[in-house]
Amino acid sequence: MCLLGAASFGAVCSNTALAGPDEAAARIKEITGGSTGDDALIMLDLPEIAENGNAVKVAFEIDSPMTKENYVKEVHILADGNPEPDVATFNFSPATGACYATTRMRLSKTQEVHVIAAFSDGSYGSASATVKVTIGGCGG
Amino acid sequence: MAKVKPRVKVPKTADVNEIIEIKTLISHPMHSGRAVDVDGNVVPRQIIHSFRVSFNGSEVMSVNLKPSVSANPFFTFPFKVIESGTFDFLWIEDGGKEYTKSKKITVG
Repeated sequence: MCLLGAASFGAVCSNTALAGPDEAAARIKEITGGSTGDDALIMLDLPEIAENGNAVKVAFEIDSPMTKENYVKEVHILADGNPEPDVATFNFSPATGACYATTRMRLSKTQEVHVIAAFSDGSYGSASATVKVTIGGCGG
Repeated sequence: MAKVKPRVKVPKTADVNEIIEIKTLISHPMHSGRAVDVDGNVVPRQIIHSFRVSFNGSEVMSVNLKPSVSANPFFTFPFKVIESGTFDFLWIEDGGKEYTKSKKITVG
């Protein structure tokens, strides 16, 4: 049953090297400049097990007053087992009044997902979670 | 290619200082450039790489998308209403093609 299901997808992944945790760690260092921030401010909502890696729901919420003096500038979503670690970067402004978002991403295999938040005062926060993927999503 | 169609859900009215939720979806295959079709040919990369939201002409929120975002990119995010106005939503595809949608909101 499982094999039939996979074959009927019509499109399969080509053989490409996946990024791996090292590349993701390097990318995180590039974003934050090596500084480590306060982890308590970010709530990350990810499924423990994703049956279909083609569409994995990811949601984050960051506790911030979102005023001109103190707001979240950027939120990066990274997946360390995909062909390239970057998934999406959200740019917020004080006009949003709160800082949260939801989207769907591809995950090629079981891996760790990182969310990095850049605050307006130059500090950073991060959160991560492992997602078990049953059918890979050809993520790219 | 299937027709690309943007959809947006914004409340028609809101109170002053109310934080509303905006939902957006664009039907798009998001070809990552890594998948091969049934004949074994690589499907060239064709994704929506940028999404921007403006309110009364100034940008309030944007997203840079990579091929790891799923087909039919979907977003929900907040917005704090301080006055009536118009939202302009813009999606930019590889190659520069743009898709837009506008929505009005009234404070009352």
